[in-house]
Amino acid sequence: MLKDNKLFMMMKVILRKDRVSILVWSLSLISFTFYVAIAMPYLFPSEADLMAMTQMLENPAMISMLGPIYGGPDYTFGAIMAAEMLIFTGIAVAVMNILLVTKHTRRDEEDGLIELIQSLPVKKTIPLKATLITYGFVNLIIGLIIGIPLELMHIESMDMMGSIVYGLTLSAIGIIFVMLTGLMAQLSSSSRGTLGLSFLLLGLFYMMRAIGDISSEALSLVSPLGLMMRSKPYVDNSLIPLTIMIFASFFIGYVAISLNMKRDLDAGFLPQKNGKAEASKYLSSPFGLIVKLQKNSLVIWAITVFILGASYGSILGDVDSFLENNSMYGQLISNINENGSVIDQFVAMLHVVIALFGTIPVLNMILKLRKEEKKGRLEHLISRSVTRNKLMTSYLTFAFLTSILMSISGAMGLFVAGNQATQGGLNFVKILEGTWVYLPAVWGMIGLSSLLIGIIPKWTKGIWFYLTFSFISIYFGGLLKLPDWVPKLSPYGHVPQLPVDSYHFTGSLILIFISAITIVIGISAFSRRDLDNPA
Amino acid sequence: MNVLEVKDLVKKYGDFPAINGINLEVKPGEVYGFIGPNGAGKTTTIRTVLGILKANGGEVKVFEQDAWSDAVKIHERIAYVPGDVNLWSNLTGGEVIDLFLRLRGQKNQDKKYKLIEKFDLDVTKKCRTYSKGNRQKVGLIAALASEADLYILDEPTSGLDPLMERVFQECIMDLKAEGKSIFLSSHILSEVEQLCDRISIIKNGKIIETGSMKELRHLTRSLVSVKTKLPLEQIDQLEGVKDVRLEDGVYQFQVDAKQIGEVMTYLANHQIEYIENMPPTLEDLFMHHYGKEEA
Ligand SMILES: Nc1ncnc2c1ncn2[C@@H]1O[C@H](COP(=O)(O)OP(=O)(O)OP(=O)(O)O)[C@@H](O)[C@H]1O
Ligand SMILES: [Mg+2]
Repeated sequence: MLKDNKLFMMMKVILRKDRVSILVWSLSLISFTFYVAIAMPYLFPSEADLMAMTQMLENPAMISMLGPIYGGPDYTFGAIMAAEMLIFTGIAVAVMNILLVTKHTRRDEEDGLIELIQSLPVKKTIPLKATLITYGFVNLIIGLIIGIPLELMHIESMDMMGSIVYGLTLSAIGIIFVMLTGLMAQLSSSSRGTLGLSFLLLGLFYMMRAIGDISSEALSLVSPLGLMMRSKPYVDNSLIPLTIMIFASFFIGYVAISLNMKRDLDAGFLPQKNGKAEASKYLSSPFGLIVKLQKNSLVIWAITVFILGASYGSILGDVDSFLENNSMYGQLISNINENGSVIDQFVAMLHVVIALFGTIPVLNMILKLRKEEKKGRLEHLISRSVTRNKLMTSYLTFAFLTSILMSISGAMGLFVAGNQATQGGLNFVKILEGTWVYLPAVWGMIGLSSLLIGIIPKWTKGIWFYLTFSFISIYFGGLLKLPDWVPKLSPYGHVPQLPVDSYHFTGSLILIFISAITIVIGISAFSRRDLDNPA
Repeated sequence: MNVLEVKDLVKKYGDFPAINGINLEVKPGEVYGFIGPNGAGKTTTIRTVLGILKANGGEVKVFEQDAWSDAVKIHERIAYVPGDVNLWSNLTGGEVIDLFLRLRGQKNQDKKYKLIEKFDLDVTKKCRTYSKGNRQKVGLIAALASEADLYILDEPTSGLDPLMERVFQECIMDLKAEGKSIFLSSHILSEVEQLCDRISIIKNGKIIETGSMKELRHLTRSLVSVKTKLPLEQIDQLEGVKDVRLEDGVYQFQVDAKQIGEVMTYLANHQIEYIENMPPTLEDLFMHHYGKEEA
């Protein structure tokens, strides 16, 4: 490989360009894993705690969420760690690869970078090969870094072999998604399409194994997310699933490269249809443009949030049985509130989850404004007597509507499935109230993003860190034994937990006030600053 | 009243002065060329004129209003095509053009249809499938179909093929006949030469020359091709003659405008068989300037 100088140079360029993203992703993944591993003995100091936890993990509802737990009946910390963490860490690794590989395939192609490279005397497939190989190695290294020190920490029952298998399992799922994304980038002809297809696959694999783990082993084995769990780190340390995944990766990578060889630049293998010669009458304002561009993604998000609500709702019937003990979810919930019935506490937790998850599309919509600026598309609008004020207000309006739509669809999902599971034990209005109280917090996030866009546009993406922080501090606050003031640093920490708490409007008012002020400042700063030149 | 007036404009990116005190005046009905090499500051100037960037010093007035604070009012009378036309990959060219016209509140569609035909653009295609030239066409059609008083075009022909460049020039001539003002930047010089009444040359954020084509021409030299019966042995020793080349008995050389009389006398003494005297293209003019600075 070192002989192939151009490939190697290309790989170096990719690594250089992405060093920050790779570092941030790796450090987050690694440190989170270590934190949980270290915390494990403290979280379950007694045999009884451990029992409670494993009982919960054996519950079919949990299995369909997290995958099967192996190594019973006397589970070790290692077995629990794998059951609890592996699937979601794997998903995080997959997400990382989908984002980064899309960036170096379709996005670079759209930006004309690939054209530039192909005009040099290099083989047509070099950029794709370099991306696939680079990220193959990145995943391998992340896996090793997670695996080896995990063993060095000498946590009881987390042995060398198990830790390495644990890490390599993550590498394997990562590498599969490197290749799959590379393949999707050939089928689709845009970066949006590539992202969409890849995430669709991820969701499909998750659902396949969620159903498979309950009812059909074969179905789980077909899904990479199901297959990876079968390496059974710390229990069986089976290398067979990993070998299959690596072979599959080679095969997928090979297909991607041969398709890349065959296709034209900027083309895809899925058909492109022609569109309309004239715009519909709604496409006549910035808001109309946003609706036109975002409506598909809005619908997909609404469905996703609905499914999220519904999948949690569907396990409400089993809640009592697995929350009775002081288990992990028990801790999550008691962090949120110590009063109320178990089911109420669970519902309260679901509201937070729906609110946090539903914030993602909302922030996405506002951040589009910044993206449009960087792509040099805002000047088309601004040079045509659209005020910046109007432009930003249009994006914000759309974000507000998104926030409301997300909370409704999440509440509906939760209600429809939960009502079924509890045989009519839920009240829709109550559920809706529970999600709606979070709206002021979401709006606070909107305000903060506006502030960033107006005042420090280069840092706009930092809002994702704040959302991640909010998620971890609130959702995992109990599990990670964080001090009480930590969740209070997030707007979501200031929302009453319905139906357990009673509602005070002062908190909401304060959040709305903060949101309004930051939005006003953000807009006026945006109207006063230079627009960035397109990159 | 000037359509566009730039006085002592300074625009910095951080500490770097991209524009360093430039002055411009565009009169009504005038086609004004703004020429400079890559990175000279053309786009920066234009973006300041449009109120996308805020000047750090000096004054920019369009229709006698401030480019920054009265931007929206000004834009009602301006049509603009950016140098790099980036479009939304999911919209068709037709949708983008309609959107752009509607944002200006324009109802009249006739011009649009004519332009689409003239530029031979398939407006049912999604923008992601367009080439650079086609994206440029979308921007041009939307701008040229607009009822504006001032058209600001940043390197409008980059990416257009020669046929389309011709179409573009016709459109500019039509606008000029209607009495519209046009401000266009370029480093493709031949197009500006034919279209522009006046030009400014910018380099490193400073205007190094302004004037009509006529005024600027005398600054520089002519390109002469000549065939004579008697050999022109001493031609390269004449004052003001440079770059002498001999090919198939035809001499080709450059003459400083000031010396052209004496050179002609000399040539006449050698029995001219054939002579061609070309006015300097802006290319020459350009070379002349940069040649001078570098020397
Ligand atoms: N955002 C920015 N930050 C820093 N420097 C910049 C920025 N944008 C432009 N410049 C610099 O300012 C100078 C002028 O750039 P400008 O884009 O105005 O040139 P131009 O004449 O339009 O060139 P071209 O013919 O390549 O379009 C260049 O030296 C460029 O590198
Ligand atoms: Mg430019």
